[in-house]
Amino acid sequence: MANSLASMLEAKEGGKGGTCSELATTLKNALDYDHLTNCMRCGFCLPACPTFRETGIEAESPRGRIALMKAVADGLMDPDYAFETQMNHCLGCRACEPACPADVKYGQLLEQARDSVELHTKSHRWWVKLARRTAFDGMFPHQGRMRLLGGALRVYQQSGLRKLVRGSGLMRLFPKHMEQMERILPDASYRGVAEQIGSLHRAKGERVGTVGLFRGCIMDVLFTDTNKHTVELLNAAGFDVVIPETQNCCGALHAHSGEQAGAKALAKHNIQAFRAAGVDWIASNAGGCGALLVEYGHLLHDEPEWAESAAWFAKRSLDVSKLLVEHGRLQSAAAAAVAASQAQGTAAGCGGSCGGGISFASADKVRITYQDSCHLRNVMRSPEAPRKLMRSVANAEFVELYESDRCCGSAGIYNLTQPEMASQILDHKMDHVKRTEAHYLLTSNPGCLLQMKLGIEKHGMSGKMEAVHLVDFLHERLCKTER
Amino acid sequence: MLQDSVKSKLRAIVGKQWFKDDPESLITHSYDGTPMLQSLPDGVIYPENTAQVSAIMKLLQAHRVPVVSRGSGTNLCGGTVPVEGGIVMVMHRMNRILEVDLENLTATVQPGLITKQFTSHVEGLGLFYPPDPGSMAISTIGGNIAECSGGLRGLKYGTTKDYVIGLEAVLANGEIIRTGGKLMKDVAGYDLTKLLVGSEGTLAIVTEATLKLIPPPKAKKTMLAMYKDLYGAARTVSKIIENRIIPATLEFLDNPTIRVVDDFAKLGLPLDMDAILLIEQDGDPETVERDIARIADICRSENADRVSIAADEAEGLKLMTARRSAFTALARLRPTTILEDATVPRSKIADMVLAINEIAARHNVTICTFGHAGDGNLHPTATTDARDKEEIHRVELAFEEIFEAAIQLGGTITGEHGVGLVKAPYLEWKVGAAGIEVMRGIKAAFDPNNILNPGKMFAKSTRKRVVLGHG
Repeated sequence: MANSLASMLEAKEGGKGGTCSELATTLKNALDYDHLTNCMRCGFCLPACPTFRETGIEAESPRGRIALMKAVADGLMDPDYAFETQMNHCLGCRACEPACPADVKYGQLLEQARDSVELHTKSHRWWVKLARRTAFDGMFPHQGRMRLLGGALRVYQQSGLRKLVRGSGLMRLFPKHMEQMERILPDASYRGVAEQIGSLHRAKGERVGTVGLFRGCIMDVLFTDTNKHTVELLNAAGFDVVIPETQNCCGALHAHSGEQAGAKALAKHNIQAFRAAGVDWIASNAGGCGALLVEYGHLLHDEPEWAESAAWFAKRSLDVSKLLVEHGRLQSAAAAAVAASQAQGTAAGCGGSCGGGISFASADKVRITYQDSCHLRNVMRSPEAPRKLMRSVANAEFVELYESDRCCGSAGIYNLTQPEMASQILDHKMDHVKRTEAHYLLTSNPGCLLQMKLGIEKHGMSGKMEAVHLVDFLHERLCKTER
Repeated sequence: MLQDSVKSKLRAIVGKQWFKDDPESLITHSYDGTPMLQSLPDGVIYPENTAQVSAIMKLLQAHRVPVVSRGSGTNLCGGTVPVEGGIVMVMHRMNRILEVDLENLTATVQPGLITKQFTSHVEGLGLFYPPDPGSMAISTIGGNIAECSGGLRGLKYGTTKDYVIGLEAVLANGEIIRTGGKLMKDVAGYDLTKLLVGSEGTLAIVTEATLKLIPPPKAKKTMLAMYKDLYGAARTVSKIIENRIIPATLEFLDNPTIRVVDDFAKLGLPLDMDAILLIEQDGDPETVERDIARIADICRSENADRVSIAADEAEGLKLMTARRSAFTALARLRPTTILEDATVPRSKIADMVLAINEIAARHNVTICTFGHAGDGNLHPTATTDARDKEEIHRVELAFEEIFEAAIQLGGTITGEHGVGLVKAPYLEWKVGAAGIEVMRGIKAAFDPNNILNPGKMFAKSTRKRVVLGHG
């Protein structure tokens, strides 16, 4: 029984004289042994895990990865190249967490492991290494630079340079997946939401409270319109919206890539920015960002002087969909049904009788489906709010996408660092997407949105289906009197 | 240690990428769902078809290399921990549904098929495969066959053995045998099909199974009854059966479990109840209505404190929440959760639960009991911490006494999890020395060199029986 483990340990120590690498020591100190012990190896996480489902290999599952971490912590194995690769192979979608009976904090263990690996790593591919340093230290923390980048991208996209590059075949010098990414990037903007429309926006009608908009660093450059639409939706639903100027990147890409120190510094900045603004809620429209915002308490758990304000911040953070559904002035289901029947007749929204809250109506009859943002679903635990909103849209038929709760393969920058697995997962996802025959594929996170755009392009569905952010879809169908 | 020449031959059989002996693969195949067990294999192999399994076995037999075949490794008896090293054979690549025969109502499948995928597939065809072990979302049909898995529907529908009617299996020497078939009657010789079901990978490696399917019930209804008196609940179980009603599920939670579940799921359960019964009946709508009404009457006549009947399926699911959260709630209490499956004749349920509570109190350990009251299969579950050696020792002593108590009540040490490594020292308590000898003879006939899952089922020595105090 337990003896076999003891004898394995003895054999290991006897055989190798108890030596272990520096990485092993770092991991031993970093990994939370309580969490490792809490995994009882029941295997319930396996069917939830995208990489296990793709490969059928135990090491590619949460249970397997935790066993590897525990083996390192127990001194049973030295963390070799395969170990590092395996930790980076995980999408970090955290679908294993809701599936876990024992409530093992897999996301935290993964971050501890990646943080340790990152400290010692020499193994990144050249474009990964370059991209990481540029992005993590040089770009994401500085919203001004992000805007400059957005400006440069815009020049590239609009000046004819893009045409030239595509025509020249220059993109073929880059890995295939980067070439595909280049094609689906939306038009960038060098002026963010606050620069374009100002940083304070009053509620329409009866006021519910004040929301601080978390604009996100990538969102504000590549999806500035979505941020503007978020503000307008929130105003219409009764919220004052402020956009604190000193906020910055949430730190999610840092935290998920083993750059904890960077993530913490960014978190502290954000906490100060939103506290100063005195908001009731902090709304994000990117599941990937929101999931870290609600975990600022954990991120800063070893800094007691930040505990109170981190908890303040985390408690107030939620996705825009949940804020609308739970606190916003939305029309009741019955009133929405009336609006729907009116919409049939007017073919251009609900014809103006939208008292008592906002409602949504589509001019044409459309079919819509939804790909969950893993972090909105598995970390923020809010799968229902987006669906409630979609079902409330008159003249739109919502169909569930089979396995919409499974990661699309975007996973932050995973589709850049692990292109083969990401592409395999995307292909399986698109098979299911095709079957919905939806006109619109909605998502709640920029990474997922780009990946879905990529999937539509890659699978030749461009004329038939469009990937759109939920907020943009709703905004376009917001009843006119409420805009 | 495995010779390099054997390794290269294994690679030649399955292809380079499907035999692994790197540390990552060995570590991740050193455990299963059983707490506190770990032992490294020498290699992991993923065969694609029966011919490969046969070739692998011929090679391993020639070199006397142990082999543990497994699916997803979710068993709770240490059945797939490679305690004597050797090769772990993972059946995941053999995961196809080969045929669903609508004329004979059978399905022929490969062993690596996930149980849930199979049941969903046949349900889509308007058919029903009843065995529903708790791990069915990830367990494999092959694993279910090896352990003869049960589940919530055992009382009315039986367990895995009642649905396996034919097998293809590879013997230790690489020979391929076929047993049974699409046959509802077959007495040609010993029933090797039933023998292989529940043989825990010690007799042969199952490579294909023919399963019986049945038409699904048309309607289902759920109800719940709460008791301040444990014996009232137990008498209810017996009375229901006595009245010639066989419910589809008849589940039970004891007081310690009720407390833990309520704390976890905030269901507002009354904490002064000694037992909750969750009952489901399925079948034709009229029969279901009539049975549920009669069961409710029986519950009341046995002094149930509250009886609730679900109006529809959604409410039924809600009533089942307490039972469905039991495992999760217990698993979150402490780091280590040890789930056993002592089983008694259903008339002895109350005696068994009281014995478990008394034993737990005496050893000062937390054991909550829930389970399948209808078939007498209880899950006394200890919540503990593997790192506390002294407490683990007390837990082990308590379970030893629980096994003994079950046997004294005419029960068994394991109802559905299997013997494996964990219960091997107690097998003789149940089957006797002569029984062990017969089983050893069968093992030797199938596997004379003891290479198939060695170290399981038969312990080096039987535990001395504990003497239980009475009264």
